[in-house]
Amino acid sequence: MATGITDLTEETFDEEVSSSELPVVVDFWAEWCGPCRMVAPVLEQIASENAGSLRVAKVDVDDAPGIARRFQIMSIPTLMVFQDGVPKKRLVGAKGKSQLLSELAEFL
Amino acid sequence: MSEVRDVLIIGSGPAGLTAAIYTARANLRPLVLEGEPSSTSDQPGGQLMLTTDVENYPGFVDGILGPDLMRRFRDQAARFGAEFHTVKATGVDFSSRPFKVWTRDEEFQARAVIVSTGAQSKMLGLEAEQRLIGHGLSTCATCDGFFFQNQHIAVVGGGDSAMEEAIFLTRFADKVTVIHRRDSLRASKIMQERAMKNDKIDFLWNSVPIDVLGDGMVEGVRVRNTQTGEESTVPVTGVFVAIGHTPNTSIFAGQLDMDEAGYIRTYDGSKTNVEGVFACGDVQDRVYRQAVTAAGSGCMAAIDAERWLETQPHEQPIVATPTEW
Repeated sequence: MATGITDLTEETFDEEVSSSELPVVVDFWAEWCGPCRMVAPVLEQIASENAGSLRVAKVDVDDAPGIARRFQIMSIPTLMVFQDGVPKKRLVGAKGKSQLLSELAEFL
Repeated sequence: MSEVRDVLIIGSGPAGLTAAIYTARANLRPLVLEGEPSSTSDQPGGQLMLTTDVENYPGFVDGILGPDLMRRFRDQAARFGAEFHTVKATGVDFSSRPFKVWTRDEEFQARAVIVSTGAQSKMLGLEAEQRLIGHGLSTCATCDGFFFQNQHIAVVGGGDSAMEEAIFLTRFADKVTVIHRRDSLRASKIMQERAMKNDKIDFLWNSVPIDVLGDGMVEGVRVRNTQTGEESTVPVTGVFVAIGHTPNTSIFAGQLDMDEAGYIRTYDGSKTNVEGVFACGDVQDRVYRQAVTAAGSGCMAAIDAERWLETQPHEQPIVATPTEW
């Protein structure tokens, strides 16, 4: 699996999230969300620095409102961590790198 | 020990970034501690990161999106050599020189410091807030409005930001109820008129929220009428709070003079009570609080800092380029 950040769609979400051997951090975001834009480069760093222990993917809620509804996303950015396709953790709101890393420590 | 910088700027809203543009153009190689991502206004770029159309910043005839405007400020500062660290200052020592500023992992030293940490939105201070934030209770209308399509939501507050949020939220919601503690709005005329004539917006006057209801999701707001004491429930699925701002000054407590509300006191332009420490933007402005006044005061702080540095003994003289202020 590539180390970059994968864009998930309604069609690919389940397959990508459940087939991954590594935990998948899914970033629910949208173009019009200022805090989402700020957190994006932080997630890119986390993805490349921890490529061996987790994957990062994102869901554009404009393109995939069904996935957002399914997980009752009501605020973005929201990060959800999936292991074997099962949601394990949910982080609401943009955060800095060190805070995110400590929140994700159990998956690293 | 870290290198001693000429100028360190704490905060990266319009004030901090304008100070960065000016000090960078004066060859002072400013380092900007721009803050960390968050979903409140306490983040790189500041309060404008949570707004959509900025219609009153001069030069943008058709308006500009808040985050786009701040991106331009930052790019402009970077173009002249300003350096950025995406971290939050966690402590300062202004009692000895050079000044020290700490982040979680590092210590920085600087001859002059420009404080532009801005202000952040106040919350209601209700216990339910912690439980329901992200589950119908929001600090960011532009981020979260989308999730309230065809719903009834409440906006708490009566100022310009409350009206802006209410109007913005009518793009999604069926109905927006503005809950305000007085019987008239504090918002500017143009914003009042826009809100008043919007069919989707109604007003609940003289009312203060005393609880937000719901376990996993917001189910309503409990309000008390300030005149009659009567309590009632507004059945909304979303609550957006815009009841004003509080300055981000806790790390300067005991070191910089502040007024009773925590705004830094400035004298004779942007000077604080500590020589060599300057303040600009909303952190020292409880009157105007506009992007353009913040930018203007950032320019003042940069000029004040540059002039002050010129009077200071220095191992290597500061060679300023010919400036065209």
